[in-house]
Amino acid sequence: MTTLIPLVLLLGQVAAPATDPPAPPPVVAPSGLKALDTPNDQGKSLDLRWAMPDGAVTDSFVIERAETCRVATTVGVVGPDESTYVDSGAQAGRVCWYRIGGTRGADTAWGEFSAGVRPAAPRLRVAWAGLSGAGFDSLVVQRAETSRAVTTAGSVGPEESSFVDEGVLAGHRYSYRVGAVVGADTAWSEPTAEVAPVPQWVDWRLLNIFVAMVVFFAFIVYFINHARKGRELFVRRIAGLDAVEESVGRATEMGKPIVFIPGIGSAAAISTIASMNILGEIAKKTAQYDTTLVVPNSDPVVYTIAREMVKEAHAKVGRPDSFKPDNVFFITQEQFAYAAAVDGIMVREKPATNFLLGYFAAESLILAETGATTGAIQIAGTDAIYQLPFFITACDYTLIGEELYAASAYLSREPLLLGSLVGQDYGKLAILVVLALASALYLLSAVKGLQWLEFAFKALNT
Amino acid sequence: MQRSVPLTICLVMGIVMMVQFFSPHPFSRGLLETVNTWVRLISGFALALGAGSLILHHTTKIRRKQPGWGYSIVTLSALAATAAIGWAAGPTMMDNKQLLINVIYSNIQVPLGASMFSILAFYIASASYRAFRARNKEATILLLAAFLVMLGTVPLGKVVWDGFPKWSRYLLEIPNLAAKRGIIFGVALGTIATSLKIILGIERGWLGGGK
Repeated sequence: MTTLIPLVLLLGQVAAPATDPPAPPPVVAPSGLKALDTPNDQGKSLDLRWAMPDGAVTDSFVIERAETCRVATTVGVVGPDESTYVDSGAQAGRVCWYRIGGTRGADTAWGEFSAGVRPAAPRLRVAWAGLSGAGFDSLVVQRAETSRAVTTAGSVGPEESSFVDEGVLAGHRYSYRVGAVVGADTAWSEPTAEVAPVPQWVDWRLLNIFVAMVVFFAFIVYFINHARKGRELFVRRIAGLDAVEESVGRATEMGKPIVFIPGIGSAAAISTIASMNILGEIAKKTAQYDTTLVVPNSDPVVYTIAREMVKEAHAKVGRPDSFKPDNVFFITQEQFAYAAAVDGIMVREKPATNFLLGYFAAESLILAETGATTGAIQIAGTDAIYQLPFFITACDYTLIGEELYAASAYLSREPLLLGSLVGQDYGKLAILVVLALASALYLLSAVKGLQWLEFAFKALNT
Repeated sequence: MQRSVPLTICLVMGIVMMVQFFSPHPFSRGLLETVNTWVRLISGFALALGAGSLILHHTTKIRRKQPGWGYSIVTLSALAATAAIGWAAGPTMMDNKQLLINVIYSNIQVPLGASMFSILAFYIASASYRAFRARNKEATILLLAAFLVMLGTVPLGKVVWDGFPKWSRYLLEIPNLAAKRGIIFGVALGTIATSLKIILGIERGWLGGGK
């Protein structure tokens, strides 16, 4: 019996199946594939985006493109960490469908085909007259390409008088005809002469913007000339800017530094440029009173400008020796690392005044609240409207939007800058007049007998 | 010369880019792409200036033993370590197919940034408390508006009274949006006016002070 036990165990082992290594999880197909036209590239490419379910593993992704009536062909293979692909091989104006496959060894799991998409590029506008409102059911537009059969390009309602054909290819020539449909009958116009899509030099749809720009420029140039002649210009008081002098004086009396935070915008941001102009004025005052001005920067280009502004201000008031390059410095471009560093400066240095002027994002309240807890006077200003409530809550004075841009004119009182400020106000007045007029026209057009005003409203609206 | 060359470049490029906006021609689009590439390229060079300033600022602090100089050692060490790993490891991939430098970024920089961001919740609470104290007529109106919007946004508000979500939406979509649009108009016009002043050379602050 005792000899049988090991034998049974041995047999049991032989009978038991061999332990296989764990099977790899099956490859999962990517999902949520979206194919979109890449904007502003003249129909040169399409942008693809997809996602993988959580935990799914793949070696790579294969991208396939299918064109009308053609089989799918592989257009690219990307690594497992990618979730986007730009297909530069898609032809402008031609509809494409895409699918993405996740690969694992020899296996490929394909996702669904995307919706059809075409790189938006050449378009032809077909216009006609004398057909609108003539009691048709609809209007059909047909396109004939040289030596090819006629195809329907699209159809529009009977009230329309134009159609934009987006299914054309650059360099190809087309002829069009328009058919008026009544029930089962269609009456066709004469075909147009052949035409090819040609790139346009001017986008006439932007004419309204151009006109508004010219009017606005005219206001500004007029008032700049007005100021140049030495005429008095009225500029309303801005409390936040009036407080600059007081806050610099306070810091001087207390013997504490002033911290100027130019925000996290780049040198190309208008709010940063405005901020630099104000810095120049403040630096002049601090240089006169020999007050320490600390300028921590989050952008290297802004840092360079800020250093020059402060240095120049010291030279202007005749105290170039009092400029300390160490007080204007670069911290980091990382938003929250910058906020942490500036918070640290505020807590350690306990400044008498904080200026928060420029472009700010989510770090605005972190900075403003920390400054408020240190007991500093705070003057803030930004054109980022979502940050304005935070500044209004946590700061003593806030420059709202355009007041920030007006600051350099207001502080320097330079006639040329003041002139442009007044011109800007007249631009606003013009917008107000247009808004009031459009509202009045819209309301009056609802009155019986005054429906014709709707035409004027539409004209104003475009 | 030092001023006239940048001012001339600014005037010419300002006018060219203004014209470019109105032209959909491939040449015009290509010009925009080229200019944008140049802007990115030039900005990259400025980073060296920033790094130089950072090193100079913190070495001075350490040398003079200024308050908090210990933090400067941490900053410079982190800067040196990150740069060294970036240079030495280059495109070295980790087991999880991530670049080593990205691993450092994802595991140190991102959580630290997220921690800083999370503090915002507490700051919002303290700022709201200060803003909503009914000290005067305006603050009382603000308090009532905030009360309505908050109750209209949370599910409890709808349970209490059906009208909360409706009034909350009204406040956000009519008076709030009107004020916001007013500010946006001003900002847009201010941006155009400032751009014009820069293009025409009236505003020269961007040149780094002086006239």
